[in-house]
Formats: sequence, C-alpha cells, structure tokens
Amino acid sequence: MATFPLEPVHDTFRAIATTVVPEAVALDRAGWERLEEIIAEALASRPERIHRQLRLFVRIVDWRARWRHRERFVDLDPLQRTRELERIERSRWLLLRRGLWGLRTLIFMGYYAQPAIQREIGYRARPEGWDAVRGAGR
Amino acid sequence: MSGAKRPTGAELDYDVVIIGSGAGGGTVAYRLGPSIASGARVLVVEQGPRLDDHEFTGDELDMAPALYRDAGGFLTRQGTMSLALGQVYGGSTVVYTGTSLIAPERVIRDWDVPGLDHADLAARSRRYMEQNGVHLLPPEEINDNNSLFVQGCREAGYEVEQFPVNVRGCRGSSLCNLGCPNQAKQGTNRVQLPSAERHGVEVVTRAEALRLEDHAVVVRVHERPEGGKGRPSEWAPGEYTVRARMVVVAGGSIGSTALLLRSGMGRKLPRLGRNFTAHPAFILVAEHEREITNDVGHPKSFYVDRAAEDGWLLETCMYFPFVTAKNMAGFGREHSMLMRAFPRLQMILVLAADKAEPQNRITVDRRGQPVVHYDFTFPVVAAMVGATRAAARIFFAAGARGVHAPPADPPLIERSEAHRLERRIDARHFQPGRISVSAAHLMGGCAMGRDHRDSVTDAFGRVHRYPWVRVADSALFPDSVEINPYLTVMGLADRVADDVLEVLGAPSDVRCPPVIHGETR
Repeated sequence: MATFPLEPVHDTFRAIATTVVPEAVALDRAGWERLEEIIAEALASRPERIHRQLRLFVRIVDWRARWRHRERFVDLDPLQRTRELERIERSRWLLLRRGLWGLRTLIFMGYYAQPAIQREIGYRARPEGWDAVRGAGR
Repeated sequence: MSGAKRPTGAELDYDVVIIGSGAGGGTVAYRLGPSIASGARVLVVEQGPRLDDHEFTGDELDMAPALYRDAGGFLTRQGTMSLALGQVYGGSTVVYTGTSLIAPERVIRDWDVPGLDHADLAARSRRYMEQNGVHLLPPEEINDNNSLFVQGCREAGYEVEQFPVNVRGCRGSSLCNLGCPNQAKQGTNRVQLPSAERHGVEVVTRAEALRLEDHAVVVRVHERPEGGKGRPSEWAPGEYTVRARMVVVAGGSIGSTALLLRSGMGRKLPRLGRNFTAHPAFILVAEHEREITNDVGHPKSFYVDRAAEDGWLLETCMYFPFVTAKNMAGFGREHSMLMRAFPRLQMILVLAADKAEPQNRITVDRRGQPVVHYDFTFPVVAAMVGATRAAARIFFAAGARGVHAPPADPPLIERSEAHRLERRIDARHFQPGRISVSAAHLMGGCAMGRDHRDSVTDAFGRVHRYPWVRVADSALFPDSVEINPYLTVMGLADRVADDVLEVLGAPSDVRCPPVIHGETR
C-alpha cells in the first residue's frame, strides 16, 4: 500500500476534506482509510515534488487561518472553514486557486470513487445497461 | 500476436514501424496488413497495455489508470486544463464515445493545405464509417438525458442533430469513456488492429518510443506492473533499437510531437509543437424534479453545432461520480446536494472551437516529457460563456429546476433566475484554476502545410526534411477540426498509408483501398 503523502498535515487535511465534502464527517475509520488510500495510490506515480507542493498548500491553508482568525484551520467552525476556502478559490493568485483545485480533486476522488458512496448517491451504471434497468423495472 | 519474446537489447529490422495504435496508427496498420503477404514487415509500437475483454469493468478507479496517461489527469503547464490521453491498445478509440462525424467542408478549406481535398477526405471517412458500423441509435435506445436535451433544444430554438455512432450490440452501459465493458464500440482495438494482426502485422504493447534515430526507433519495453491490468508485453522488458525503412508516428497530438521534439527534429522544423488546439470543454449539470435515465444508455447521442457561427458546440454527456464532482465548480453543501441528486441530473458538455494561437504549443522538458502550454484566449472564453448560456436555456426549457454553471458565481442558478442568464453567466467568472476545464480532442503540433517554414508535414503526413518519417494522427491538424476528430484522423491516416504502400512498392491490389465489409473481431 502506498504511503499517504499528506500524513504530516493529516489533521488539517481532514478538516479541509470535511469542508469540501461535508458528508465526510460521517466516515468511519475504515472510510477515512479508504479515502486516504485512494489518494495515496493516485499520487504514488507522481513525483515527490507534487507531494511537497500539496503538503505546502495544506500548510498555507492553516497559516492563512492563523493569520486571519488567530486559530488553526482545524479549530475554525464549519462556516469559517468554508469562507476560508472560498477566499482561496476566488483568490487573485492563480497558484492558490490551482492548489485548492488540485486538493479538492483528490478529495472528490477519494470520496466519490468509492463504490459504496456511488451507490449511496444513486449512481447505478452497470455493464448490463438497459438489461439491468428493465430487469429491475426501473 | 507475435510468438517468442524478443531478447533484450536486440536490433531488429522492419520495413515500417508504426508508433501508436489509435485512430491513426490502427488505420495505417490495417491498410498495411495485406502488404505482409508480399514480404513487408510491419510493427506497431504501443505504449499502453493490451487488455482482455473481461478486464473492462466500468469502475472509475479501476479503469482510469489502465486506459489514460496519468489516469486522465495530465495537466497543462499552467495547471488550468486537464487533458485526456488514451494510452492502451487501440489508443483513444478505446475511450471515446464513438461519435462519428465527417470534417466540415469549410474547416478543411480554411486549413488551406495544398493537396488536401475535402471530397477525398470525406470519401475515406465514409469508408471507415461503413467498416465501423456507424449508424443512428433507434429511439428506444435513447435515454432521458438525451431526450431532454432534444426537447430543450427544440423549445429554446436550437437546431439539434443526432450523432452517428460506431457501436455494434450496444447494451447501453453508459460507460464508453471507461472502455466499453461489452466491446460494442468499434474502435481500432476491435476492428482495424485485429485485422492487421491476422495479416501478420506485429504489435508490441507496453513499449515506449524513446526517440527516433536515423531510420530507427529506440524502444523501451516495460514490465507489467504488479496488480496492473492487461497482458505482459509481447517482448521481454528492456531497450531495443528497431530499424525501419519508414517510421509512421501516430502517438496522438502530444505523444507524436513530443517524440519528434526529443529526437532533435525541432532544429530543422521550426513549426514543430505549434498549431496546438484542444476544444477546451466543461460540464454543465442540471437538476430535475424527477429521476431520469441518465447512467444507462449511450451517453452522447445528440449535439448542437454552432462552431461556424459562435465558436462552440454542445454535446450530451454523462460522467461518473468522481469526474462529475471534479468538473463542477465549488465545494461544500451545495456541491454535495447536487451530487446526492445524481439520479435526477442531466448533463451537457460545452466545447469551444478554439483556433491555433502562437502561445498554445507543445514542448518537452529536460527529460523529454511533453509540456503543453495553453492559455484561454478572449474568443475561447467568450465562446464558452455563450455556450453555457445556451446550455442553461436548454436545461430550463427541458424543465430543470436548477442549473450548475461553472462560469457563474455562485454556480447554482435557480429556475427563478432563468431570465437573468446573461448577467449570472459572465466572462468575469471564468477564472482558470477555479473552474475545471478539460480537453479530449487534442490536435496539432505536427501541422500539415507547404514546407518547413509554415508546417511540419505535407498533405500526406510526410515530415519535411525527414523523408523516412510520416505523421498519421491528429497532430497533423493545422487548426481545430471543430467536431469530434477520430474519423478525420482515420481519413488522413488512410492517405498516409497510401503513400507508404507506394514507397514500399506494394502490388497494385494491395495499394487499392480495401473493400470494407464491417469487419470486427
């Protein structure tokens, strides 16, 4: 199993993840492990430089929270966290916008690529296509 | 398939080496197949793996790394657009939706390539349409996602057309972009390559073309990664020098251009890497009151073509949960609520018919890896904003209660705001890095033209100043083709094959275009 490259910034990463996908707060230990395993596998073939950039971006999110709120990102309430990430998303600095885009993409992958989550949101695509639908009377 | 494994480090001789097995490489291999009987030796070098039918599961996590370079997440240098590059036996024809359109006459005329005639290209394209079983799906196979698009277009006043598609025995899995799990899509992996192999063309997979040398290709064959999909390579892992009278480069716009660049050909070809276009695209999602059939049925059956008038196209589409989540703007509660409405979602893909621009180009880094430079020009942004407004009108005309539009802030537009689309969807919200833009129609880099001062090849893909090298893929396009490109690639590759057969001195019956009877494996 690949190492999770965001382990050194683990708490802040999870706080960002639950801001990006609020339902992630309901993940149990196995769910979080699966989310992080998916991300780790996706990043395993990427250069170490990318891993460093991601860790740096997570730290920047935390530094910005300390600077603006005098609190760590993990200690902000959900609304404050959302506002913080929205500011980054609309930043005039492309690097910041790109950083959030990259991190949210990984979080979406870790969450929505899980078959259990796909079933939960009602995604029903099957290789059997119409046969499966007609057989199920959908 | 070839028999015994080649020894590592071997020097091998062929008449023709084809690099890439997609729409371009697969077509050339198919056309060269009959020349094997008269003694020609032909090799196809494919960087991706060869998958067995049962390995196409339709699972996002499972399939993306097996079929796409960087699992579909190859980014431009600016980091503001992701590019989908199929990397598998059959190339991008394994992961497209099979939509089969002939290049518009005005586009080929505007390309202004001496010796390239639209009538000839169209006739060749029609032959491959016939071979690939291209047809219109019957009404009973059209899902709600597509029917609502048609209804919305008609009510909103947009001319809508049905895509001809190249499927045989389509079960409507909706999983085309993850490789058809039912092998219904007639890509080169199903039609042209098996035919070529039956004739004796050799194919080596997991084989990366490192560089071209004089009348030779240096190839590195990779191990099958542990737990990865696909068969091991036909050759033993290691490095090979493959000599050839002719090399046909068909690794896609980015792969072909990068190979020529890292082989040092840019010194004699100043236009190498230029003329890059991509049809930048994003997804719009609308929520309906009721569940619709969206994740069953062919995903891309209809389109609106406003490329000539307004520089954009709209196509129906349906993506998988992760791809959908990634492509919607924003995050948090609203994003999640829309994802949880998945069975009620309708989707439209917005594409810009971009034009070749000096700053948009392909280069290579110090390791020879491709770097794609792409800036969104004002006309592209204007086209995507205009297309988004049109798509939103279509969604609302089809009864949607809300539309998620990336170039709107906030992106979710309620039905009550349908009269304010001009204000809500605006170019100032098209903020690269905030919205997800992707591209799968990658074109240019080795453009056709007159001579080395204005282009890389002539109208038959012959590389200027390198008479033993041909290009046979979308890298040849001097500008965007403004439709889904694979059939145009096949038509151009067919012309390249004609020329190669002539140089090989193949008998006249082999050089004639083949009679096509809808072959499939």
